[in-house]
Amino acid sequence: MRIKHDSTAVNSDMIRRPIQRWAPFFIFPMVAAFIIGFIWPFLHGLFLSFCKFQTTSKWEWVGINNYVKALNDESFVYSFGFTAAFAIVSLVLINVFAFAVAYALTQKIKGSNIFRTVFFMPNLIGGIVLGYIWSMIFDGFLGYYQTSILTNTTWGFWGLIILTCWQQIGYMMIIYIAGLQAVPEDMLEAAKIDGANGWQTLFKVTIPNVMPSITICTFLSLTNGFKLFDQNLALTGGLPYSINPDGTSVHTTEMLALNIYNTFYGENTASRGVAQAKAVLFFILVATLAIAQLTATRKKEVQQ
Amino acid sequence: MKDSFKREKLGKTLTTILFTIISIAYVFPVAMVVLNSFKLNTFVKTETFKFPTAESYASFDNFIKGMTFGGYPFANSVFYSIVITILGTFLILLFTSMAAWYISRVDSLFCRIVYYGCVFSMVVPFQMVMFTLSKTADTLKLNTPWTIPVIYLGFGAGLAVFMFVGFVKSIPLDIEEAAAIDGCSPIKTFFSVVLPMLKPTLVSVAILEIMWIWNDYLLPYLVLDRTEYRTIPIHIQYLKGSYGTVDLGATMALILLSIIPVIIFYLTCQKHIIKGVAAGAVKG
Repeated sequence: MRIKHDSTAVNSDMIRRPIQRWAPFFIFPMVAAFIIGFIWPFLHGLFLSFCKFQTTSKWEWVGINNYVKALNDESFVYSFGFTAAFAIVSLVLINVFAFAVAYALTQKIKGSNIFRTVFFMPNLIGGIVLGYIWSMIFDGFLGYYQTSILTNTTWGFWGLIILTCWQQIGYMMIIYIAGLQAVPEDMLEAAKIDGANGWQTLFKVTIPNVMPSITICTFLSLTNGFKLFDQNLALTGGLPYSINPDGTSVHTTEMLALNIYNTFYGENTASRGVAQAKAVLFFILVATLAIAQLTATRKKEVQQ
Repeated sequence: MKDSFKREKLGKTLTTILFTIISIAYVFPVAMVVLNSFKLNTFVKTETFKFPTAESYASFDNFIKGMTFGGYPFANSVFYSIVITILGTFLILLFTSMAAWYISRVDSLFCRIVYYGCVFSMVVPFQMVMFTLSKTADTLKLNTPWTIPVIYLGFGAGLAVFMFVGFVKSIPLDIEEAAAIDGCSPIKTFFSVVLPMLKPTLVSVAILEIMWIWNDYLLPYLVLDRTEYRTIPIHIQYLKGSYGTVDLGATMALILLSIIPVIIFYLTCQKHIIKGVAAGAVKG
């Protein structure tokens, strides 16, 4: 991940100096857009999470008040639990199925190219459209019982799981196939000669060799699970909801990203500071997961 | 020995049969879209999984109705989606590849800050910046399909810079030195020597960005002036959001129309798409 010091590049007057003179042409456009599209909104958002505001121009400093409110917001805490459960279940299902499919498709079976094409296809369709397609299908089934996916939390949960698996198994499968194809042939051959059976070869030779792919896929499916938004919005929109004695309501299939969105753009515009604080907490959560995963990967790389 | 060979062959045939069944199940949702786009509205809910009958068949009416459905011409959505995807991808490819070359060849403190900023941006979820970003975009008039690509360049630069830097580092310096000796300016060196060598990464990054921008919903929804500009995902979400009088048949027709170009794109560029995904994952 570190930029390696290429001593020849640093010392080469022929290359480095002339390019440096053209900095405004080569790097400034990207940096300008990066500041507009990322750096400034990020810092501004971080600042506003400590303020009470409805529009960005009128703000009032309130310290960590927003964070206290966010953590005491029942719907936010609930959506965290729901999201974590969703992320873990989808992580396990996606990776088990994706690996199994990739393993079968690399065994030189007939038609594996066609199968690969079919399994990857849902990735090209956007989350909103996917959610809409599946809501038609689920409601088509549930329609026989005069009900809908919007009426039941458990159905909503498993509906989201089915949708996400349908979409992401093909994506992870591609990564696993690339990993499996890189397993040295002679290693598998040696295992066979030594009398290892299929399962032994799989667990002692193949899986240790595709560890990098497994790390990447578990990382991707975990962060995708936590960040899921479009599918959640289009399939259930957070419904159904339950009303607390104190009048607040909890949408029982609402995930973190949707909860933050609804706090920002809901009817109560006074809660935007709380929404921004929730967004910062969400960012810290996702970034921590990513960094934890990266350190784990590095450790494995050292061992190899 | 012969027996185990036979068993292996039988196993493979069984796997093929199993996967054929799963593949059919996999295509099922898309097949349902096709079926229902030809049904009258009231039959989509009650006879979702049946073929259109003489009673429920709507011929191409849904497609004609869908064109102006939701008080917004569908053709405009298609046009804006295409404009934003092409301009956005083009901007990202051009400016991040130039920046990545500069970053790896100059390697100053400033370059490192930019590079680590890009890596950092990859772990930041969109919700963190969405409110302030849409305000910034409004102020700077980046809220039209012609200017929103700048936002895509800014927010999507991370992964692209990361992938390009990784590749540029593997290009030997000798070639660029030779070009410099021959009197090439940095601009000429980049465009006629470096850029052609970057082609595989250009294709991979292009695929990833196209897939992202074409399907992106929340960013354009918050940034664009929605009364005037709607992309396809925004348009479809609007149809679902309008309670009560949703015409499901017409909606399915629109979904079908929006999927067809994607499937054609997929089937023609399949090899590159699969390579791009694998490359993006290994680097990410």
